[in-house]
Amino acid sequence: MDDVFDITLTVNGRRVSRRVPVRQHLTDFLREELGLTSCHVGCEHGVCGACTVRVDGAATRGCLTLAVQADGAVVETLEGLSESGEIVDLQAAFVDRNALQCGYCTPGMLITAAEMLDAKQPMSRADIRTFLSGNYCRCTGYQAIVDAVETTLTARLAEQEPSA
Amino acid sequence: MSIAATNAPIGQSERRTKAKRLVTGRGRYTDDVTARRVLHAAFLTNPFAHARILSIETEEAAGLPGVERVFTGPDIADACNGWTGNHDLFPKLDSPQQYPLAVDVARWQGEGVAMVVAETRAIAEDAAALIDVTWEELPAVADPVANLEPGATVLHPGKSDNLALELRLGTDAVDAAFERSTLVLEESFRFGRHTGVPLETRAILAEFDPSEQRLVIHQSHQAPHQQQELFARLLDLDEQNVRIVCPDVGGAFGIKLQFSGDEAAVAVAARILGRPVKFVADRLESFTSDIHARDHQVSARMGFAVDGKITALEVDDIYAIGPYSIYPRASIMEGNHVMQLTAASYTVPAFRGRSRIVYQNKGLMGHYRAVGQPLGCAIGEVLLDRAARKLGVDPVEIRRQNYADLSAGPVTSSAGVALEGLVLHECLDTLVERMDLPELRAEQTRLRSQGRYRGIGIAGFIEQTGPGPNYYGKGGIPVSAQDGCVVRLEPSGKARVFSGATDQGQGADTAAAQVVAAALGIQADDVRVTLGDSEVCPYGGGAFASRGTSIGVEVAWRAGRRLRSQILELAGALLQCDAEALDLRDGQVIELATSQARFSLEDVARIGHFRPYELPEGFQPMMSAVEHYVPRDKPTVVGNGIQGSYLEVDVETGIVSLLNHWVVPDCGFVINPLLLDEQIRGGVVQGIGGALFEELVYDDQGQLLTATMADYLTPMAAEIPDIDVTRIEKPMGDKTLGAKGVGEAGTAGAVGAVLCAINDALVPLGAGIAQTPCTPARILTAIEQARNE
Repeated sequence: MDDVFDITLTVNGRRVSRRVPVRQHLTDFLREELGLTSCHVGCEHGVCGACTVRVDGAATRGCLTLAVQADGAVVETLEGLSESGEIVDLQAAFVDRNALQCGYCTPGMLITAAEMLDAKQPMSRADIRTFLSGNYCRCTGYQAIVDAVETTLTARLAEQEPSA
Repeated sequence: MSIAATNAPIGQSERRTKAKRLVTGRGRYTDDVTARRVLHAAFLTNPFAHARILSIETEEAAGLPGVERVFTGPDIADACNGWTGNHDLFPKLDSPQQYPLAVDVARWQGEGVAMVVAETRAIAEDAAALIDVTWEELPAVADPVANLEPGATVLHPGKSDNLALELRLGTDAVDAAFERSTLVLEESFRFGRHTGVPLETRAILAEFDPSEQRLVIHQSHQAPHQQQELFARLLDLDEQNVRIVCPDVGGAFGIKLQFSGDEAAVAVAARILGRPVKFVADRLESFTSDIHARDHQVSARMGFAVDGKITALEVDDIYAIGPYSIYPRASIMEGNHVMQLTAASYTVPAFRGRSRIVYQNKGLMGHYRAVGQPLGCAIGEVLLDRAARKLGVDPVEIRRQNYADLSAGPVTSSAGVALEGLVLHECLDTLVERMDLPELRAEQTRLRSQGRYRGIGIAGFIEQTGPGPNYYGKGGIPVSAQDGCVVRLEPSGKARVFSGATDQGQGADTAAAQVVAAALGIQADDVRVTLGDSEVCPYGGGAFASRGTSIGVEVAWRAGRRLRSQILELAGALLQCDAEALDLRDGQVIELATSQARFSLEDVARIGHFRPYELPEGFQPMMSAVEHYVPRDKPTVVGNGIQGSYLEVDVETGIVSLLNHWVVPDCGFVINPLLLDEQIRGGVVQGIGGALFEELVYDDQGQLLTATMADYLTPMAAEIPDIDVTRIEKPMGDKTLGAKGVGEAGTAGAVGAVLCAINDALVPLGAGIAQTPCTPARILTAIEQARNE
């Protein structure tokens, strides 16, 4: 009885076509239709950031995006980012610094942090904290996350410096 | 050589195996678990604080395509025993019978009234909206103080008032002690109602096989064995046929320690329908139906001699719970903590305490991280600071001179807390040094002259962790204080651990791997730990009251040591020597006399498993070991710690900016410093949430006004400063490892430290605040009041 709509999009590098209820949000679509369960449901009103995925290159709230809005889009989830190895340094820093406890916020946190790192700009700890403030973490108290992001940023900036 | 070094990897910052999985999106939380033919539940909940259900029409909902069944309260109650949140140690608590869904009368906003089970959650929600209930709204009991007055509306029919239970401690000798005091300070504290907000909401998947009368539940929960017992009892099933599996749990903090009506209804539906049923609470359902905590109004009086010595203390608490005491653990402990843990680390010559636990038409009250410990800490420390100011004593000195004297051994506080092995002075001295207190004071003074109001707060706390069986066992509550642990040697010479402890990200699994690895002379990565399955893990209590390290890791250590002895017996039989002449190191069996490796652990394991004929006749190789451990000699492991807060109050906006935060926890023997520090930091931030932001605000009709994450504020990264943690560590104990739990230490002290610092900042304005959360509006009101006085 739901109104439905046919969509075709690219998810983690693969072309996907599905008929979806128009009221289904992107997070439910990724989880229920594609089994991409790294995309988490936390609040379903765009506050907590647990559902953050990448849509056309930008960190996006999956719960505030309808699946039909992603028609034609390029969507990446943490499964895709892990497969490509794009943030392997950030992931290692999270483990090393114990920047996660329950891990529920982690996929969204990593995708937000990845967007920040992609800007390749030096950032203070306060800048990092501000940038991450759309992603709630209830376990760590944030410091270890800031440390892990800062470490990764410092290493990436050092890497791109032209060798003397 | 230090003990930690000889017992590596104990004491090392081992990384968590689970973390490696979670950072790649391979977490498996309850909603990620699927089952064939699964149905989804949605609930129609009570929109009022208090209302009678005159009729429920479900026909239209049941007719919606995709709906399997609609259940009302009586439908579910027919298939599920009721329960009461009572406690045998408190026989006067007589909480009424509850059922999974409201029957006749619904008593809090958000209480389940009917349940739809359908092909999808969306259809179930659509159908729930089609259920037509005729309500008779009843008067809300929503003000705990007014509702204690004679003539107030009584919530439960048949009861004479709304008082669920009155707790009393201490003696009336306190009156004379106050009379003799140079200074008596009195304050009414209010601690707002808040909750844990685990980012993963409560979730359950229930599957029932009628042929075996077997119930298998995946649930986001902290205590699978508790749930096994409760589901078996309430659904009249044999306990061995009930299995509770807790997959990855996305935050818990005590919120997932309870038994919830909606979850019981889901299990009943799975049984009746013979199909799997899943329910994942949405955020609104979480706010209204997760357990809440705090909500205390405390009148406290503290007397002092001229030199600042405490002479007397009175704590009179009103603890506003829900319409029922929570099942199975009862809504009592927080009131008890407020009484017992106020100024608990100080010598208090005369004490009297009362806590009145009051029913209201609001959400149920349970055991959120640190329970009442942060409140007791805050009350005592705020009053101590005020006394210091009035008497002209330095705030550090007034603490130092009042600390309980443990030099001659353990003492019992006048509120009945056994204080033993605390490091009060060492923690305080370390904190003062870490904060560089003289420099901070100088900066504060300098900035005050520029009209900037900075505050410094210090708050010491006492924690009661790792409880023994006295409280729940004697209370008739089926909560295990013991943990069991099995350690199994695999043919590879590596090990598996199965334990009754559970992990929600604290690292209980990693810590268990470390101690077992140390016992067997292998690496932590060589140990695989399985937790959270009531069927395959030895019975245990799971996670609560910071018990994971002091009990769960202790039993893993013991089981590891036992397996070690068994392996050495086996090796001794092979080598025809005494087991005592051998050791396990680096995956080898070592002959102590020569330090020579005689076998690899793998060789020994393969002989034990596959070639036992190589062993002397009659020798039975024992390839697994089991141990159980419960602390018997004391009711809890009492720990202490202290925190410092440095902040600035903007007196124009009332906004508090946190600048620095320090923690000096007494940790006992440390298993993993990395995990310990992050437990502390996470706990501090939850405490800061309660101190500054988080509040479940109800209106006077019992309507929850802050039921979204946009209205209920939890701390974000930008508001939180870096937190300096300096551990006070002690060597391994004689009888146990000597590890102390710190899961609640951060939360226990943070509220007090922040509240003291805000009050310190407001001193020049003559203002003070004794209410949490300290919102900008409340701070401005306090400043305004002081201005008008």
